Amino acid sequence: MKVSITAIPTIRTFTIAMATSFLRAAMLALVAVVAQAAPYVPKDDALVLEHLPVRPGDPIGRELRRLRGVIAQDPANLDAALRLAERYFELAGAEGDPRYVGYAQAALTPWWNRPDPPLDARVMRAILKQYSHDFSGAMQDLDAATREDRSNALAWSWRAAIHMVQADYAAARVDCGALAATNSGLGAVGCSTYLDGTTGRAAEAHRTLSGALARSTGISSEMKIWVLTRLAEMSLRQGNARQAEEHFRAALALEVRDQFLLAAYADFLLDQGRPAEVVALLRDWVRSDVLLLRLALAEKAAGTAAAKEHIDALKARFDAAALRGDKLHQQEEARFNLTLLGQKEKALALARENWKLQREPRDARILLEAALAMKDRAAAQGGLEWLETSGHEDPLLRRIGQSLKALKP
Amino acid sequence: MKTLVALLLALAASGALAHKPSDSYLAIRVAGADVTGQWDIALRDLDFAIGLDDSGDGEITWGEVKAHRADIAAYALARLKVRLGGTDCPLHSTEFLIDDHSDGAYSIMRFEGRCPAEVETLEVSYSLFADLDPQHKGLLRLEHAAGTRTGIFSPERATQSFELAKISALTQFLDYSREGVWHIWIGFDHILFLLSLLLPAVLTLEGGRWQGVERFPPAFWEVFKIVTSFTLAHSITLSLAALGVIALPSRLVESAIAISVVLAALNNLYPMVRGRRWIVAFAFGLIHGFGFASVLKDLGLPQGALLIALVGFNVGVEGGQLAIVSAFLPLAYALRATWFYRRLVFAGGSLAISVIASIWLVERALNMKLITS
Repeated sequence: MKVSITAIPTIRTFTIAMATSFLRAAMLALVAVVAQAAPYVPKDDALVLEHLPVRPGDPIGRELRRLRGVIAQDPANLDAALRLAERYFELAGAEGDPRYVGYAQAALTPWWNRPDPPLDARVMRAILKQYSHDFSGAMQDLDAATREDRSNALAWSWRAAIHMVQADYAAARVDCGALAATNSGLGAVGCSTYLDGTTGRAAEAHRTLSGALARSTGISSEMKIWVLTRLAEMSLRQGNARQAEEHFRAALALEVRDQFLLAAYADFLLDQGRPAEVVALLRDWVRSDVLLLRLALAEKAAGTAAAKEHIDALKARFDAAALRGDKLHQQEEARFNLTLLGQKEKALALARENWKLQREPRDARILLEAALAMKDRAAAQGGLEWLETSGHEDPLLRRIGQSLKALKP
Repeated sequence: MKTLVALLLALAASGALAHKPSDSYLAIRVAGADVTGQWDIALRDLDFAIGLDDSGDGEITWGEVKAHRADIAAYALARLKVRLGGTDCPLHSTEFLIDDHSDGAYSIMRFEGRCPAEVETLEVSYSLFADLDPQHKGLLRLEHAAGTRTGIFSPERATQSFELAKISALTQFLDYSREGVWHIWIGFDHILFLLSLLLPAVLTLEGGRWQGVERFPPAFWEVFKIVTSFTLAHSITLSLAALGVIALPSRLVESAIAISVVLAALNNLYPMVRGRRWIVAFAFGLIHGFGFASVLKDLGLPQGALLIALVGFNVGVEGGQLAIVSAFLPLAYALRATWFYRRLVFAGGSLAISVIASIWLVERALNMKLITS
């Protein structure tokens, strides 16, 4: 059989189709290679690459600039340095961005390594240290500060906070008592009821704190939000979801950016099986890791298509944090691994590591949940003991604890 | 009242890590005395350090970043020291891009430099943002033929040394061979060129019609001649270009390679060169050699082991080529007499190849226009 080359036009349509599919395959291979090399040169000068959380012209932006100017002239100006550090620390809380903690630390550079810094600098240093989970370093400074000034309410507050995180309730009780002696009003009530609400007296704490809130006048929205969030938690520990929701809604109605409130409310809605509301609530908060985790959880529960994209984004962020060698968000990472990736073993390892450092109710919860998923009662031992000795009432945690105890040892 | 605000923060602060902290990603690649690298720095951090938001609207645009390219390079490179035995290896920026990391947009600065001698112990000092944000960290990935190392820089660990173990000549040879195989495997243009020349090897042209060859030996020797001359030719130019004896602009080379594929494929459909296809293979092989050389250059040539790298890479390319040929030849020989081979594979395949290569040609040429305009 002989083939004339002039016969080619008769098979033209076929070869063109073949060429097209061949070309497509080649292009796909090419794209795969290019996609790895993601850096690009934007074509348009007007392309917006990044949004800054603080605009230079905002009042806070102007104040920061002014204070930085003062310090640039005179780095030893303690007043300006403390003011700047405080401003940055507040920003870290509002935006949830640890960068600002670094900026605050930089403002305190002349006093950072001094063995005997001025009192206010020492307290600020302790606050910044605890943020990076250097609890012992922070506690040393707070010990020294409260020795120097028995009525330093700020130092007592932070001592209480750290002792609460470490589940050292006896020490926290001492701190709250000392705080009460400084006449810090709602602050002292907040301290003792937070402690009571965690350790089995949620009903009483709820009564006391809501009474104190009703009597207080002229308190800021931020404080109200804090009190209402705690009241909601206390309601939940009594199994009163309806009342908790009322508190959450009252706090949300104050319309202040507060990630802690949003995270707590999102967790509440997730526990109530209302993921669609979480998706609506957190849609615009993807920049915050803590809230993105809740959003992804809700999207997965609701079966929304965006879930995969957000799970990938979280994975990338946890991987980036791992490169850095941080162990700051093991609790979140454990929850991510358990509920979104289904990696129970890794989740349990992370939850156990986290429990060594942090022992708040939410740390106990992820530990118990991960241990239950792995059917490993022994791994949850620390959490179960805490549940027993603290007297913590949360019905959900108690249920998980019961299921764990029902496991064969 | 301030106390309570503090308390609220205190009692809510744990678990407050809503964002990734500030990190930069530094990749350094060392080959011989040459240092190349890429440094990814968050635009937010750069804005804090040197101010990028010229319009003050809270948004950083590409135009604003572009206007500050020189400032960024000067600021960053002043805070990175790469040393060999106490002597600086001066670095300068070569390229500037943007990338989106999981926590926002980063400026990507590529840089290169040269150490006074081949590097065995590299000392890296990193002080970016140390004065502004003591919690900032620099995450280093140090690549060397002997392996990849990582390091985390912080103000407490601002200077670190990395022993770059001497690698054996064999390891180096194998590394470059592997790169050679990989390159021929992903280098569609080289494969298509070779295939265009090999497709007719199992056929003969008689009176304007293609026919299957009678016996295997002639087909084998035809393939052998083509592959050998292609190899010989590209080895020559690969060596000359890699050693810096001849240099051609890469756009020209890439376009010429596309033309060579078009012509080789068209020659199957409208035969001009008959029989002596090995001459075509040799002539165009010279051009393909320049293409291989640019890849080798990107890989970085170790000054101390130039020959090893060159030979290793070449051996890899030949090995990859041989694998393709040995898969092709028996199959083509077995199918040579069929309608499927002669019409679909030979005629159709050649047409398809010429179409693809023509598109490559247009693309590579267009690319040139885009860049020069």
